[in-house]
Amino acid sequence: MPDNFVPTAAEMLRFLPELILIVVGTLIMVLDPLTRHEDKNRLGILAILGLAGAAWGTFVAAQNGGPAFQGMLLVDGFATFFRYLVILVGALTVMASLSYLKRENAEAGEYYALTVFSVVGQCVMVTANELIMIFIGLEISSIATYILAGYLRDDKRNNESALKYFLLGSFATAFLLYGIAWIYGSTGTTNLAEIRRVLASGEGAPSQALLGLSAALMFVGFAFKVSAVPFQSWAPDVYQGAPAPVSGFMSAGPKAAAFAIFLRVYLAAFEPIAAKWQAVVIVSAIATMIVGNFAALLQGNIKRMLAYSSIAHAGYVMVAIAAHNEIGTAAVMFYMASYALMNVGAFAVIAHVARAGEKYVNTDDMAGLGVRQPVTAALLTIFLLSLIGVPLTGGFFGKFYIFKAALDANLIWPTIIGLLNSAVAAYYYLRVIVVMYFREPGESTADLPPLAPGVQAVLWGSALAILVLGIYPSVILDFAGRSANLVK
Amino acid sequence: MTLLNLVLFLPLIGFLVVLLLPKNNPGLIKMVTLIAAIGIFVLSLGLTQPVFNPEVAGSAGKGVWFITDVPWIQSPEIRYHVGLDGLSVWLVLLSTLLTPISVLISWNYISNRQKEFYAFLLLLEFGLIGVFVALDLFLFYVFWEVCLVPMYFLIGVWGHERRIYAAVKFFLYTMAGSVLMLAAIIYLYNKGGTFDYVNLLDMMQRGRLTLSPTEQNWLFLAFFLAFAIKVPLFPLHTWLPDAHVEAPTAGSVMLAAVMLKMGTYGIVRFCLPMFPQAARENAWWIVILAIIGIIYGALVALVQPNMKKLVAYSSVSHLGFVILGIFSFNQPGLDGAVYQMLNHGISTGALFMLVGYLYERTHTLEIKDYGGVSTVAPWLATTFLITTLASIGLPTLNNFIGEFLVLQGSAYVNIWWTVFAATGVILSAGYMLWMYQRTFMGETNAHLHGHMHDMNGREAVAFLPLLVLMVWMGTYTQTFLPTITAANTRILEQSKSGVEFRVNAQQGGIPAAAKEMGNAR
Repeated sequence: MPDNFVPTAAEMLRFLPELILIVVGTLIMVLDPLTRHEDKNRLGILAILGLAGAAWGTFVAAQNGGPAFQGMLLVDGFATFFRYLVILVGALTVMASLSYLKRENAEAGEYYALTVFSVVGQCVMVTANELIMIFIGLEISSIATYILAGYLRDDKRNNESALKYFLLGSFATAFLLYGIAWIYGSTGTTNLAEIRRVLASGEGAPSQALLGLSAALMFVGFAFKVSAVPFQSWAPDVYQGAPAPVSGFMSAGPKAAAFAIFLRVYLAAFEPIAAKWQAVVIVSAIATMIVGNFAALLQGNIKRMLAYSSIAHAGYVMVAIAAHNEIGTAAVMFYMASYALMNVGAFAVIAHVARAGEKYVNTDDMAGLGVRQPVTAALLTIFLLSLIGVPLTGGFFGKFYIFKAALDANLIWPTIIGLLNSAVAAYYYLRVIVVMYFREPGESTADLPPLAPGVQAVLWGSALAILVLGIYPSVILDFAGRSANLVK
Repeated sequence: MTLLNLVLFLPLIGFLVVLLLPKNNPGLIKMVTLIAAIGIFVLSLGLTQPVFNPEVAGSAGKGVWFITDVPWIQSPEIRYHVGLDGLSVWLVLLSTLLTPISVLISWNYISNRQKEFYAFLLLLEFGLIGVFVALDLFLFYVFWEVCLVPMYFLIGVWGHERRIYAAVKFFLYTMAGSVLMLAAIIYLYNKGGTFDYVNLLDMMQRGRLTLSPTEQNWLFLAFFLAFAIKVPLFPLHTWLPDAHVEAPTAGSVMLAAVMLKMGTYGIVRFCLPMFPQAARENAWWIVILAIIGIIYGALVALVQPNMKKLVAYSSVSHLGFVILGIFSFNQPGLDGAVYQMLNHGISTGALFMLVGYLYERTHTLEIKDYGGVSTVAPWLATTFLITTLASIGLPTLNNFIGEFLVLQGSAYVNIWWTVFAATGVILSAGYMLWMYQRTFMGETNAHLHGHMHDMNGREAVAFLPLLVLMVWMGTYTQTFLPTITAANTRILEQSKSGVEFRVNAQQGGIPAAAKEMGNAR
């Protein structure tokens, strides 16, 4: 046992955001039975405060950056960026959920606690510098998310969603774990930097077949989490069935964290065998874009449509991973940030229009939103234009950086296919705009209640952030660019 | 803050201001938009200062005026680099002139969601001006796409029955073309390390950035596809009749008069100087498509029962001339093409306006529903006749000059091009005059009585500037052409760099003749 097993104060500081979140999450659980039913939303406020505290904690941790707990965690710019992002997504989700839960008459502390725990898991994932920690973080995040997906336990769709997500998710994590075991077997370490060193030096001559198989097994796990083809089929069902704010959360937070570990493992540890995995990632990326976009064209349910769209977006991001250069990493970071904002925003609008019991979740139910609630419609339009990738929105710069990185790495065909795909994607996003503005108002938007303050804050906040990212992307991009160096 | 920046950003500010105005006071919204649009136009007149004051022009150097070049985004380096030259100045003016006119002609026509309508008009103006002044490829792409959104809504919300289909088709066609242009732009950046068009061109000329023939060819095609869809070049034109017919009058006017010019402008500005070799190698099939477009557009226009569709197909035909002129690669051809861009903007814009006037009165666009309009609305008939004559290229009116120069330019290269293209001129006389005859002559259609009244003051005021320009541009080209020629000379110069002339012998005597003709003008 090493002498420095007892963590130093600096190491604890590096773990500060997780500590704060765990305390707050537990506090919410404890306070839950003590809170009267009509005061439950105070627990939500507490969760938001906790997340704000965690953001502060991230800042403090970043000031004292470095490895912690025998190099199991690594607080670098990359981790800090994604910590901020998942915390922000968590906060936006809680804000958007306050009125949603009230409307569904399902307010309870555990919802907020689970969200906070899920964010803890994601924070651990993005900070992890070691395969076991990655796995632990992934499980903390996933288990909380499984429960959230089935949170409205009287709703059949919620149950289906949670069960499917849980069964398939556990199966995929098993693959990941198996891959980790094989890697440990062939390289004798689970530390990413060590794995890289062993692979690069050829020390102990790990069998190439074994390495390839273990990388492939881990790819299955990651591809499932980011919903990449051929492991994407859970996403539409789960997103469609889960409560709308949770769908928004799943498509933003856990996904961003999954991409973070994907990048870390493949770019930090497996970089020496990049020539071997690059082709697999490219093929999967192209298939993901095509399947996602073309399937989204056929969807009538707007949540399902956004689920397929989120598959397609995963494809774009994987093009940047395939580029495996620093610009690509920065592009993924920027993309996940802008994508998280527009998706959380879009799902918040859907939750708003859906009304109690999620009655109105078809694209056609948006009819007349442009007349009945012009501001809500305008905000959703900004999110959709950003998803299409129209300039002056964050989504445009995200795509731009991704395809720039891909061209840098000479991936010309994936770029062309990706860009043409984004033109296809324009069709199904535009259809929502068409319905909102060009169709006669239907009964679905009649007597629509005004936006709740929490939702309003989420929508305005994300829309403004998307425009800022679209007009002055340097604010985030400089941060991402500085933090994109994964290999220390 | 140069005048150009002011002219560029005032529409954006106007857009935001109009959005903040109260919704239930349409009069105020219309007044604010009109005043803003007129104000922008008046300011933009100042942009012609260098055209008439060579001292001002000389000071800025290299024939580009009102340059602003500041960093926008650090990494990758994207600059806010805008400037004006003899090519873009008139297109900017065309945009700023047509915006207030579009406001005026929509005054009573648009009755629902007026706030959004006028806001989008100003946003469109912002995008259009931006496209014409951007000197950074990335900035150009941003403005190019920005134009798409307001026009999509103008067609989709305020259009006719099949507006949704037309709007979506318009958006997807343009988007599909432009994403490949984006790929090409990024590729150029990765090769040259900058998006700055002036820098890139400079590097190419000094040989610091060389593209292999294959690279040049693919890049040219990527850019050209985006532009050709916008022009539109046969066979990519199918979005145009739909969009034109379904758009509200102001939308059709802006679309025909200015937006189509984005495509031809892009070809002249970017394709020719950056990829000279590829442009020449691909010229043969482009010219063939242009000539097919001229004749096909005219023939289809001939059989249209719907006025707007007729004018839309006539646009396909007229824009074919522009492409033909550009790919003749000589001074008269290019001058004619650019002049024709402006002419088409004015005369087709005017035609769409007048058709819109008719539609406002009778709510039909079918030619057979009209007849004998001239007896009940003589002023409308007279202005329509002048516009028709301008459109078919009657000497002393504007289109004649452009078409003549294009035909002259193409004749230097291949007389058969001219022969075939000239049939388009004849056909245009056919379909336009025939439409005029069926609409305005003969017995007055019974149900027109009571509906049909003559032009009112507002409509006349909106039309007058275009009428003046038709005559002005047809009789006193001296105002416009020297600037255009100067800009084109430079572009031709650039488009010759690195090109091996394999046909020198055949073309030997021609430049002298071209010069002579130039002097004669």
